[in-house]
Amino acid sequence: MTGTVSLTDRVVRGDVGAIARLITQIERRSPGVDEVLSELHHSAGRAHVIGVTGSPGSGKSTLVSALTEQYRRAGRTVGIIAVDPSSVFTGGAILGDRIRMAALAGDPGVFIRSIATRGALGGLSRAALDAITTLDAAGKDIIILETVGVGQAEVDVISAAQTVAVVSVPGMGDDVQAIKAGLLEIADVHVVNKSDREGAHKTVSELREMLRLAPRVPGQWTVPIKQTVSATGQGVPELVDRFDEHLAWLADTGERERRAWRNTATRIRWLAEELVLDRLKPGRPDFDRTVDEVTARRDDPLSAARRLMEQL
Amino acid sequence: MQGATMRSTQDGSEHAIRVLLAKIGLDGHDRGVKVVARTLRDAGMEVIYTGLHRTPEQVIEAAIQEDVDVLGISLLSGAHMPIFTKIFQLLGDLPETPRFSIVAGGVMPDEDEEQLKKMGVAEVLSQDTTPDDIVAKVRWLAQDQPSQL
Ligand SMILES: Nc1nc2c(ncn2[C@@H]2O[C@H](COP(=O)(O)OP(=O)(O)O)[C@@H](O)[C@H]2O)c(=O)[nH]1
Ligand SMILES: [Mg+2]
Repeated sequence: MTGTVSLTDRVVRGDVGAIARLITQIERRSPGVDEVLSELHHSAGRAHVIGVTGSPGSGKSTLVSALTEQYRRAGRTVGIIAVDPSSVFTGGAILGDRIRMAALAGDPGVFIRSIATRGALGGLSRAALDAITTLDAAGKDIIILETVGVGQAEVDVISAAQTVAVVSVPGMGDDVQAIKAGLLEIADVHVVNKSDREGAHKTVSELREMLRLAPRVPGQWTVPIKQTVSATGQGVPELVDRFDEHLAWLADTGERERRAWRNTATRIRWLAEELVLDRLKPGRPDFDRTVDEVTARRDDPLSAARRLMEQL
Repeated sequence: MQGATMRSTQDGSEHAIRVLLAKIGLDGHDRGVKVVARTLRDAGMEVIYTGLHRTPEQVIEAAIQEDVDVLGISLLSGAHMPIFTKIFQLLGDLPETPRFSIVAGGVMPDEDEEQLKKMGVAEVLSQDTTPDDIVAKVRWLAQDQPSQL
């Protein structure tokens, strides 16, 4: 087939096969993928990126499906990235989020991709961010990122979202799971899903209490708590309204720009770090020579590192 | 955001094989397909499972979006001939032939197996196929894939 330029064009045109292939190339860090991504960067930046996180079984995938149906009713296109954990033993994974998203099948306005936490070369964070760029450049209005908010990598990923929804469910003991997971601080919206179950009000009031205790700054976004029954779609239109309000708030206050700036800064630092480490590794003559010098105590590690940096 | 999260994941040698497992049609048994899913996961593969009662259209759409190396379709309903006929008809209508190989799982007479292979099914797995055999066959099929777009 033809080169990288045509892949870029196909992605920008929203070609499903091209989007899918590029995300694979992103995960595998295939040759040529950097060029495509740098081209796509110029077409991206329009989507509303929403993170949905919470414990396994809290109903995230079901909620993502219901949210997407709601967005589609309003004519907005949606890209979904569903992250599931890989086995720590084999690196393999069973990715089951699509099971709950069957209602979205057959809609060309929806693209769903499952990603395993350990599957991506260069790490989940980088792969997920590049996948977001891809879906964004492909013209998706909304990008929803589903993750179990446990590992650092997953929290990194979710911080790339403009709006983060943390999902809790009633009846999981006295304390709300979000506290344990340390997700409270990153929530822009709290969702109490499975509100058809007993104890939903208790969960809501526990969350409210926690939010009340958090320090408040004037002009700050007021984190809403929304009850949903994802299985039936109850509460979902209101939740979409909150997401829209949050995006509007971000834009009005300049926070959207500030967050984008912060995320960009982090990405550049990651990438720079990777580039530097790639230059400074065993097998490169100048690096090996320096290691010899330091090992023989003719030089010290910090001075050597400084000199290598200057020579990059 | 820690740089360490970027490096901690892989040794950089190989990527995981991606497989989509689907149940098409009316039969409501997914024990077998779940066993296969775990077998493949334990062999280090990424397995996307779609759940029960999918249509051929849904399964092909999912396999394309997930850009899998291998698509496994499990059937116990006895309706494999019409379903695979439909699958290959849909694939033929696509503007670009997807890169995945197709594997069928289920119980069927030998002559049907022959027919399916003529249609383009790469492998037929039965109850008797051992886990090692399943892994070996999927690996072999995944290697066969062209790496470029
Ligand atoms: N009762 C009830 N069950 C739900 C609701 N939302 C999801 N579920 C069920 O919860 C289980 C886990 O859902 P899933 O979306 O896979 O959760 P995830 O692991 O967080 O993605 C499934 O059996 C769903 O049908 C809800 O609002 N009410
Ligand atoms: Mg899920």
